[in-house]
Amino acid sequence: MMNGKTDWNTNTTATAQADMATRPMRRESNWKRQIKRNKWLYVLVLPGFLYFVIFKYLPMWGIVIAFQDYQPFLGIRESNWVGLENFTNFFSNPDFFRLLRNTLVLALYDLIFFFPAPIIIALLLNEIRVAFFKRTIQTLVYVPHFVSMVIIASITYVFLTPQGGVLYDLIAWITGKPIDVLSSPGSFRPLIIVQMMWKEMGWGTIIFLAALAGVDTEQYEASIVDGAGRLRRMWHITLPAIRTTIVILLILRLGNFLDTGFEQIYLMTNSLNRDVADVFDTYVYTVGITQGAFSYSTAVGLFKSVVGIILVLGSNKLAKKFGHPGIY
Amino acid sequence: MNSRLYNSPAGKVFDIFNYVMLGILGILTVLPFLYIIGNSFATEAEITERSFFLIPKVFSFSAYEYIFSSSTIFRSIGVSIFITVAGTLVNLFFTLTMAYPLSRSDFWGRNVMMNMVIFSMLFGGGMIPTYLVIRGLGLLDSYWALMLPGAISAFNLIVVKNFFQQMPPGLEEAARIDGCSDLGVLWRIVLPLSKPVIATFALFYAVGHWNNFFSALLYISDSDKWPLQVMLRQIVLLSQASVGDMANMDPNFVQPPEQSIKMAVIVVGTIPILLVYPFLQKHFAKGVMLGSIKG
Repeated sequence: MMNGKTDWNTNTTATAQADMATRPMRRESNWKRQIKRNKWLYVLVLPGFLYFVIFKYLPMWGIVIAFQDYQPFLGIRESNWVGLENFTNFFSNPDFFRLLRNTLVLALYDLIFFFPAPIIIALLLNEIRVAFFKRTIQTLVYVPHFVSMVIIASITYVFLTPQGGVLYDLIAWITGKPIDVLSSPGSFRPLIIVQMMWKEMGWGTIIFLAALAGVDTEQYEASIVDGAGRLRRMWHITLPAIRTTIVILLILRLGNFLDTGFEQIYLMTNSLNRDVADVFDTYVYTVGITQGAFSYSTAVGLFKSVVGIILVLGSNKLAKKFGHPGIY
Repeated sequence: MNSRLYNSPAGKVFDIFNYVMLGILGILTVLPFLYIIGNSFATEAEITERSFFLIPKVFSFSAYEYIFSSSTIFRSIGVSIFITVAGTLVNLFFTLTMAYPLSRSDFWGRNVMMNMVIFSMLFGGGMIPTYLVIRGLGLLDSYWALMLPGAISAFNLIVVKNFFQQMPPGLEEAARIDGCSDLGVLWRIVLPLSKPVIATFALFYAVGHWNNFFSALLYISDSDKWPLQVMLRQIVLLSQASVGDMANMDPNFVQPPEQSIKMAVIVVGTIPILLVYPFLQKHFAKGVMLGSIKG
C-alpha cells in the first residue's frame, strides 16, 4: 500500500500544509485541490455523511407531508397540499388537550418527585465515610439504568399482576382491599414516576457526586473547628458546592419538558388507563403507524418538536445567563 | 479529617439513619432481580403455596428448558445476539470512519459536517417521516432496519472525534514521513491507540442494541424476526406465553407454570447486561467526564 509514489505525495502534503499554516487562505478557492490531496479522508467520511443525509436529513425533508394530504401511492410530489389543515384539525381535536394535560402533569410529577431524588441520595452518599459501603451501594443503584425498559415494565408487571403478583398481594394485605395498580387510571402516573425513580435515580447521582468530589476538605475541617454540626456542614458547604449543577440540570430538564419516554408510557399503557396515559409520542405512534394517518401524525410530531426546540434553546440561553457554557 | 469531631450524639444518630436508608435503597434496587431469578427456578407447587421468598426449596430448570426448546423464544434470542454483534460492528464502522476525518483540521468541509451533525442532535424528522424513509428504502422487516437508522450516535461521534484530536500530532507526522497514507495512519496509528475508547463505545452500543425495543416495534412486524425485547413484551405484558409450538415438544414434557416462564424470560433478557456490567462500570464514570468536553 505504501509505495514510493504515495511517499512522495505525502511529503508534498506536508509542505503544502506548512504553507497553509504560514500563509493562511492563500489557495482557499482551490478546494478541488484540497479534496484531491485528502481523497482518502473523503472516502472515509462518505458512509457517515450518507448516514446523516439519509437517516437524519431526508426525514427532515419528509416533514413537508405535515402540510399535505399525503397518500403513499402518490408520494410527496403528487400528494395534495392542504396548508395548515392538519394542524388546525389537531388543535381543535379534544385529543390535543388530553395529550397536553397528560404530558404536562407527568412532567410536573417528574420535576417534583423524581428530580430531587438523586440530589438527596448524592448528599447521603457523600456523608458515608466507609469507602467499601459507599462503593457497594453505588454499584447496586447504577444497575437498573442499563436494563431495558421492557425488562423494567415486565418486572413491574410480574410484581403487580392480580394473578399472584407478590406486591399486589402485599398491597391487598396492607390496605385490606385489592388494588389493580396496573390498570387503574389513578395509579398510572405514580407508577410511571416510581418506575423512573427505581431505574434512573441512582444513575442520576453520578453528576452530583462528581461535583462533590471537587469540594476542598479544608472547608469541612474549618467549619468543624468553628463548631458547625453535621447538618450545618451539609447546608453551608455541600449544598452550595452542587448548587450550580442543580440549577443547570433543572434548566436542561425544562428544555426537554415534553419528552416523556415513549417506551415506558407505551409499555405501561392498556385499554383501561389509556385516557391518562397517552402523550404526544405514543399518540403519534398510534395514529401514524397503526392507523396510517401519516400527514396528521407528522403534524403532531412537528408541533411537539418545534415546541421542544424552543424550550431547549430558551433554556440553553438561561443556562448561559447562569454562567454555564451551555450545550450548543 | 478528624473523625473524633464527627462523633457528636446527633451525628451518630444521623450516621445510623444514613447507613440504614442507603442500605435499604441498595437492597430495594437488587431485590426485584433476585426475586425474579429465584422464582424462575421454582416449581408450580411452591409458587402457589408461596413457601419461599428468594430461594426455592426445590430447584427446577423446566422454565429454562421450555424457553430453549420453544423455537419462537429461542429464535428471538438468536436474533438479539445477531443484532447486538452485527449492529455494534456497523456502529463502530460508521462512527470511527466519520470521526477520523472530522478530527483533522486540514479536512475541507469539516465545519459544515460538524454543524450538520450538531443540528441533527437538536432537531429531527420525527417518528413518521423516518418510518417513511425506512419504508421507502425497502428496509421494513429487514434486520438492516435495526442497525442502520441508529448507526451513528451524534454524541458518541463527537466524543470519539475529540479523542482523536487529543492525540499527539507528532505520531501522525512521523507515520506520514515513514510513508503512511491517511488510511494507513488511521489503521496503524490512530485505531490501535484508541483501543480502550473503542472498547468502551462498543460496549455501550452493544447494550443499546440488546435493549432496543422501539426500532423493532416500528420496523419489524414479522414475528419470526422479532428480537428478544419484543418477544418479552408479548410473553410477559401481553401474556401470550405459550407462543405455541407445543407440537414440536416432547409429549412427556410438563408445561412449567406461566409465572416461571415469564420470570425466566426476564432473566434471559437481563443476564447479558449483568455480565457486562462490571466492564461498563469501569468505563462509565470516565464516559461521563468525556461527555463534558464540548464538541
